Amino acid sequence: MTPTLFGRIQTRIFLLAVVGGVVTAWLTPLLPMGGPIGDRYRATFVVLAAVAVLGIGWEIIYHVLMQWRWEKDWPTLFGLLTGVTEGVLLWELVRVPIVPGLPGAVPAAPFVIDFAVIWLLVWLTGNGPMRVPFIRWRFKGGRLV
Amino acid sequence: MTSTTTTDTEGTSNVVWPPGLHPPTGGGLPPLLENTSVWTDEMVTNAGLAMQDYPIISVGGGMGSFITVDYLRIAGAVPAADIRVLSNLDAPWQTYQYLTRVSQLGLDRRLRSDSQSRPDNIWGFPSFAVQEAFQNRSLKPLTQVLIEPVFADFYTPVLNDMIRNLRREADRIGYWDMLVRGQVYTIRPRAGGGYFTVLTPFDDNAMPQVFRSRDVHVAVGYPGVRFLPDLQQLREESNDYHHVVNGYENHEHVYASLRRRPGTVLVRGSGITASAILQRLITEMYCKNAHTQILHLFRNYTRGAHGPHPWSRRPGGHGWAYQGFNYPKSSWGGQLKARMRRLDGPDLADAYDQIEGTTTPLRAMWQYYLREGRRAGWYQPLAGMLGNLRLEGGMVHGTLKPPTPDQPEQEVQADYVIDCTGLEPDVTKHKVLNDLLTHAGARRNWLGRLDVERTFELRGADNGTGRIYVTGTASYGGNFPGVDTFLGLQISAQEVADDLAYRGYARKMGPLRSSAQWLRWARGAQVK
Repeated sequence: MTPTLFGRIQTRIFLLAVVGGVVTAWLTPLLPMGGPIGDRYRATFVVLAAVAVLGIGWEIIYHVLMQWRWEKDWPTLFGLLTGVTEGVLLWELVRVPIVPGLPGAVPAAPFVIDFAVIWLLVWLTGNGPMRVPFIRWRFKGGRLV
Repeated sequence: MTSTTTTDTEGTSNVVWPPGLHPPTGGGLPPLLENTSVWTDEMVTNAGLAMQDYPIISVGGGMGSFITVDYLRIAGAVPAADIRVLSNLDAPWQTYQYLTRVSQLGLDRRLRSDSQSRPDNIWGFPSFAVQEAFQNRSLKPLTQVLIEPVFADFYTPVLNDMIRNLRREADRIGYWDMLVRGQVYTIRPRAGGGYFTVLTPFDDNAMPQVFRSRDVHVAVGYPGVRFLPDLQQLREESNDYHHVVNGYENHEHVYASLRRRPGTVLVRGSGITASAILQRLITEMYCKNAHTQILHLFRNYTRGAHGPHPWSRRPGGHGWAYQGFNYPKSSWGGQLKARMRRLDGPDLADAYDQIEGTTTPLRAMWQYYLREGRRAGWYQPLAGMLGNLRLEGGMVHGTLKPPTPDQPEQEVQADYVIDCTGLEPDVTKHKVLNDLLTHAGARRNWLGRLDVERTFELRGADNGTGRIYVTGTASYGGNFPGVDTFLGLQISAQEVADDLAYRGYARKMGPLRSSAQWLRWARGAQVK
């Protein structure tokens, strides 16, 4: 991908909202965690929102790092592997807990499953199917508006 | 097959036309039409020329025309009946296939094109890598795009796959019904708006046909193959077209000769064509027992990473400047494209300065063999300018002037010189383009090509409700640099289609139509 900074941020927020939202709605009841379904949905959607909010900071860092690349591209693999660093930081923030709005402690296993599935599907969508409805998106550095 | 050489307006014969691409000749227009810039309907009728009406005419019929027409049909919902493509080509890929073949990229070889750069698919999805993975039942293309370019070379598609896909898309959009064969002679503004495009049929006895249209799209490619003046002079003075050849003309006799007896070849140039020709020479050595000494001349010898800032340094080494594709990747949709779109004047020229220069991809196989060649001594890189070229005793002799004056000049000699310095970019050497400058109000940009808007509308050539759009290499130097690439042609086509929509002559495609059209593409259904 060859994103601009605003393109990165717009794409992240859009894909997390649409793909992440649908996947979270489908996946939450299947996660190995207890408690009322309302609290479970609240926990997963708060985590999803945290990925989006923290992601704005991450995208600025990625954008700066990308400046050292002649092609000013962001290789496909980077987009996948940054999920590990983002996931680790978010888990620490969830565990402390600093992330506001969580109904209680979040167990590790459902967090990992939830985060990994959403990250993978968002990454896959951004690397292919996104180009189908949004024909100008890839030529505008990932900007949708 | 032989190529045709034409003489340009300054009397120097240096434009070579590939076979099948005949230069505009004769024309046979009455003097009144020939000498008048703006024609009236009466002038054409009185000349006894048949006139046909179509809203959009695309001149060229190569990849530029095909990609633009593809976009107009799919995104703009323009009916095939409203478009005619005027061309001397049988198929859009004919010139491309010819140039890639003679420059040693056969049908089974990989191009210098990105996986998502699909001229047969305006969405670029699925990418070539995904298609190849399914086609060959192999994960290798997918793993390569996953780890490129950090842990593997960039994935690039196979030429034959691309041509097969293009044929399918041409069938799907009704391209063959839109194609009218002949030689486009000129484009002239029409009094009252729009344009006349004159097509000379290949049948010598047939009268020129005139197409009256609201808009004209022009994508005629390079005017020809470029020869550096010293090489051209040597060829003409010695009447020898055997020892000095261009990488873009058929030069199989060089390889055949090298298989028969040892020889020295001087390769001039540092781009993808030079790389492909070196690969062919090396393949002949390893597989056909040719004993060849390769002298490789770099005009600008690159010793390492280069660029003005730590955040703007292109990799390089051993003479070459390395880059995955013709331009930095972000030229086609990233920050470089966004930045250059905003620039004008000297700032735009500065931006071009930073990204220009001949480059080749950093490919592991090429690196390996050139390292072997340098070690064993059969590949010798040289830096400087070659002058005083002469033919003596069946060999080409020249004097190498090194890049710095403190180094001594060096005499070099070779059995063959293969010049890979590219294609002719001068728009005045193409009659149709030159007529746009002379008769239609077009201007040249700061690089001498045609001056276009961000929408690829030809500045100064608008006529009433009509517009001329120019895409491809003739529009190089504008706010989008990657014009002479497949993806660049799609970007240009999108701009043209969106501008037509803005002017009210086409639909502007939104997410729903785009998705519906993609489903039709996936099923191989005709465009509606």
